[in-house]
Amino acid sequence: MDRLTKLENESIYIIREAWSQFKKVALLWSIGKDSGTLLWLCRKAFFGKIPFPVMHLDTTYKFPEIYEFRDKYAKEWGLDLIVAKNNESIGAGMGPDKGTKLQCCNELKTDNLKKAIAQYGFRALYLAIRRDEHGIRAKERFFSPRENISFLWNYKDQPPELWDQYKTKAKDEEHLRIHPMLSWREIDIWEYIRRENIPMVSLYFAKNGKRYRSIGCAPCCNPIDSTADTLDKIVAELKASPTSERAGRAQDKENTYTMQKLRSLGYM
Amino acid sequence: MENQNQDLKFVIVGHVDHGKSTLIGRLLFDTNSLPPDKMEEIRKTSAELGRVVEYAFLMDNLQEEREQGITIDTAQTFFKTAQRQYVIIDAPGHVEFVKNMLTGASQAQAAILIVDVAEGVREQTKRHSYLLALLGIKQVIVAINKMDLVGYQEDVFNKIKQELAEFLAGLKVEPKFYIPMVALNGDNVAMASQNMPWYSGPTVLTALDGLQDLDEAQNLALVLPVQEVYKIGDKRYVLGRVEAGEVKPGQTIKVLPSGQTTIVKTVEKFQQADLASAKAGENIGLTTVDPLFIERGNVICQPGKEPMAKSEFSANLFWLHHEPLIKDELLIVKCATQESLGQVIEIKKRFNSSTMEVLEENANQLNFLEAGEVVIKVKQPLVLTKLSELAELGKFVLIKNDNIVAGGIISEL
Repeated sequence: MDRLTKLENESIYIIREAWSQFKKVALLWSIGKDSGTLLWLCRKAFFGKIPFPVMHLDTTYKFPEIYEFRDKYAKEWGLDLIVAKNNESIGAGMGPDKGTKLQCCNELKTDNLKKAIAQYGFRALYLAIRRDEHGIRAKERFFSPRENISFLWNYKDQPPELWDQYKTKAKDEEHLRIHPMLSWREIDIWEYIRRENIPMVSLYFAKNGKRYRSIGCAPCCNPIDSTADTLDKIVAELKASPTSERAGRAQDKENTYTMQKLRSLGYM
Repeated sequence: MENQNQDLKFVIVGHVDHGKSTLIGRLLFDTNSLPPDKMEEIRKTSAELGRVVEYAFLMDNLQEEREQGITIDTAQTFFKTAQRQYVIIDAPGHVEFVKNMLTGASQAQAAILIVDVAEGVREQTKRHSYLLALLGIKQVIVAINKMDLVGYQEDVFNKIKQELAEFLAGLKVEPKFYIPMVALNGDNVAMASQNMPWYSGPTVLTALDGLQDLDEAQNLALVLPVQEVYKIGDKRYVLGRVEAGEVKPGQTIKVLPSGQTTIVKTVEKFQQADLASAKAGENIGLTTVDPLFIERGNVICQPGKEPMAKSEFSANLFWLHHEPLIKDELLIVKCATQESLGQVIEIKKRFNSSTMEVLEENANQLNFLEAGEVVIKVKQPLVLTKLSELAELGKFVLIKNDNIVAGGIISEL
């Protein structure tokens, strides 16, 4: 079995395993390439009819292309789409120019998610994080418990995972983060997108010598110099590139352990 | 040569400070797998902590790990050779973090066991060896590290090799290679060492390239543990992963434990409603000719070659919870997608998982990090095999208060 097929099978197994254990589950869809691929894998796992909601944590600072893409495919694929916004913080003017970036992420993403979990009663969430994104993420489990109120990630005492046996029960005050794509690398994602012909937001493809390698909120993402305007060219570019993916993301640079702090506070 | 689409996962294990993280750093460095921004970040953080460049920081990304210079949790990283891609699983060497080591190692197809030549075989060297045996990892490379500290002497290498070989033989672990190495300087990592002309065996990289991506389950009879049943409209899919053999439309199957038989109507994936077959490792949806009652935990197999449903079995158990296992206490036994309440009704032997010394016979409890030869009784019969026959139905976990507290392999049915 080739690497991409192995990865696809690992992910589908985990997606089905989590759904089997937690019917109150949702997929976090940021409309980026990773969660877009996870969404695709969920469609494959359930023969095109995903039996749980797909939730977009909308900071309102996303690129317009992201919103267009979201609405188009939510309709085309018959998704049960939830758009969650932290209206209170947005109303109070929170944004990347107010306070630190950490505060902004915290309120518009993390607190937003906390509210959504409480509102919908989700017991588990699918997230498309990968080990190769960051050293802290390399420490993650496939099934990872988080407290609902503090979102605390107890990284010093994580549950063991043996073979294909995971922690499949959460305490009442916890939910589980399900990470079906932990083993994927950035290059695997793009090779798989190419193999499966998965639709992707246009921001990833070069225009006027620039493209986004990683997308999130418009004010906090910087494009890279690139002429890669097709999937073949993106794959070729990544194979030749020595820098890591998140080099263009502001939140990772403020401090060596920013990611650890964000993760332990429940940031996705 | 063109094997770039293939990959192999291996774990690096061994006692604390014997050089696991350094070997990883060196493998990444020598295969040109370190992004410059990553290297820069490590230089900066090492300087802030007043140290020379620490390769260990490549994997030790938690603040506590870096400040204390230890690996707490398992992590994974990647590199490639002309032969194939590799996933390296780093595993902590401290005894407190054995469950994290096990988490990492249980995903590996092969292992490098690293031993500091100056320190020799230590507690976690032995415990990790036992765990490799328990996990059924057959492809093992022993790397004897820090040869510079003993003047690159062959007789010191041979002494440690001998000591370890004797211990491993008791566990039925047969390493493919013993490699003298200096991880920090790269001797025999990717390049043959100039300092040890007496050694003519492979480097760590060539030894890795010689390992195989074993796929033994392909040639066995069909085993498909049912993960879930999923209905869309009037279609009813039996979801699961083929764990052994092959499944095809028209094939007669038997559903255990009920023993009912039926014929496979379709083998499907999304937008592939008429697959000719699916093999071990593939996740599928299956529809049947007869509308049988099938549920999660059932096991689909080939009639005449089916494994047995058992309510009692013998196993080797490794206990990884701080509170001891008490004989006869109620636990959940999970094997593949099967689950049942069960009890350890006999602890024939209780032993130290490092020294393998028998601590007690006919014991009443098993303590943290102890191993046991036990007999387990389950309320609902489970479809099981010996580990040597089929890995997926030959290994299980025990669950207590929603936590995995032990891993086990089936020795006798």
